[in-house]
Amino acid sequence: MRSVSPILTALKTAALVLLVVSVAACSRNGTGVGNLGPGGGAPGSQQEFLVSVGDRVFFETDSSSLTNDAMATLDKQAAWLNQYANYKIMIEGHADERGTREYNIALGARRAAVVVNYLASKGVDQRRITSKSYGKERPVAICNDISCWSQNRRAVTVVQ
Amino acid sequence: MTILTRRDALKLGLAGGALAFATPSRALVEIVVSGGNFVPLPIAIPDFASSDASFGAEIAQIVRDNLKRSGLFAPLDPATLPVRVGDVSGTPDFATWRTTAVDALVMGSVERGGEVSSQVRVWDTQAAAQVVGKAYTTDAQNYRRIAHIVSDAIYSALSGGAGYFDTQVLFVAETGPKANRVKRLAIMDQDSANLQYLSAGKALTLTPRLSPRGDQVVFTSYEDGNPQVYVAGLGGQSKKLINNAPMSFAPRFSPDGNAVIFSVSNGGATNIYVAGVNGGKPTQLTDGTAIDTSPCYSPDGSRIVFESDRGGAPQIYIMGAGGGGAQRISYGEGTYSTPVWSPVGDLIAFTRQSGGQFQIGTMKPDGSGERILSASNSVQEGPTWAPNGRVVMFFRDPGGDAGPGLWSVDIWGRNEISIPTESFASDPSWSPLRA
Repeated sequence: MRSVSPILTALKTAALVLLVVSVAACSRNGTGVGNLGPGGGAPGSQQEFLVSVGDRVFFETDSSSLTNDAMATLDKQAAWLNQYANYKIMIEGHADERGTREYNIALGARRAAVVVNYLASKGVDQRRITSKSYGKERPVAICNDISCWSQNRRAVTVVQ
Repeated sequence: MTILTRRDALKLGLAGGALAFATPSRALVEIVVSGGNFVPLPIAIPDFASSDASFGAEIAQIVRDNLKRSGLFAPLDPATLPVRVGDVSGTPDFATWRTTAVDALVMGSVERGGEVSSQVRVWDTQAAAQVVGKAYTTDAQNYRRIAHIVSDAIYSALSGGAGYFDTQVLFVAETGPKANRVKRLAIMDQDSANLQYLSAGKALTLTPRLSPRGDQVVFTSYEDGNPQVYVAGLGGQSKKLINNAPMSFAPRFSPDGNAVIFSVSNGGATNIYVAGVNGGKPTQLTDGTAIDTSPCYSPDGSRIVFESDRGGAPQIYIMGAGGGGAQRISYGEGTYSTPVWSPVGDLIAFTRQSGGQFQIGTMKPDGSGERILSASNSVQEGPTWAPNGRVVMFFRDPGGDAGPGLWSVDIWGRNEISIPTESFASDPSWSPLRA
């Protein structure tokens, strides 16, 4: 009879995946995550992008369509990125927790792709853009109702 | 209604290794495992005879706990039994046992030295006949397995189906704040004993699945930044399955263990691919702009069930193993996700979202006979099958700052129970019966 396998000792180690977005802290009741952070930031700085432009757009439930608000934000992002062409950007797609893990990875990927395509249509060089999906693995708002879910259905533009 | 008689069980019980003792006669006890008026079978299990009495008591308690947890048996409190220690050498005094309102009696013995050995006889107290008599050995470091093997023999003898106690559950152990959860691969026995952590949790690790022989793991990890599928032997090094996919995830082994089926997201579209377990160039099986994910082979490897939103919302489809010709099989209200084919082949388990609830259910491969086993306002998903195809395990997450836990329920929607884990736990994958 087969003996018990020893601990899988050597799963390849790698650096901890950290979210590099600095966001306003979200409070327990789910208010507070938005595009405004402390301080304004110098022109052309990542802080300026975060505070004055807005680094994220939100989606409806199980949707990857851009809302009017989302398009307005992305228009501002594209203008800023076209002005400061030295930056590369990473688009992170996210889903709320009211879906299955695997579908939500795909949904986050689809949301990220929609943002990549929109920015490209506004003149941002696609070679500057990469994307990834976190599915529902990295919520920013933690509560158990729609006030949080609506903030977690997002695509975040990370200026690198 | 299915009635599994002990006559069927006798055939299984006599299939090998029987002790030469009483000649089994046609027995009367049966477990009716489906139907509305199910009553667990009362069974007496005295402590196992052993030169170390506490060891004999421990083994018997593991057996009682297993059988009770199955929902099919109601073991009596051993302190109330007329005989407190098992006797495998004689015939029970059936007149005494008939006063105890039990239908079945288990007499066992166990000893440990270089290895652990056990003898067990299952008696039908009403018919005054032996149902099964067997002897087993296992290695001493792993002594609890003897109790699981004995439990499987009892379960099989009295319910007519294969057991599922000598199994393990691979899962994701979750710790830390919800916004930055640490997720480690872990494995434990089906009764939560012998927990071992398999990874350090430096990278986000999701949806591990065991190979059909239980010796390999396939999972999704963010160790390269984006989600990618990895394969590892238990005790071995993990290796990325394929290169050049922007994102790959949702892996499962083929029934022969030689291939892995999974999803690739590229440019917003998610399609299904298959690759050899050692990598190599993958074969694309679906092609479109929709999300096709959570693929799973039928046990004979001829078909693939998967989830797709090609019709507008997530539903379950079946296609041939070579791709193409996908047919939708789910038509109830709401959406359907995470289809998993039973190892027995007769049912497909799924996650359904309907009316604000998350439901775990089953349907036949032709889409008929849908049955909801568990419904909750909390997120619950990710069904996995016990190897006998009678029990489904899944995870439920109450939301907020709380975390997920493992649950199981039988295919008749009965006996929903929590599976204890020392941390939050998700993404269970039930092993086959251990060899």
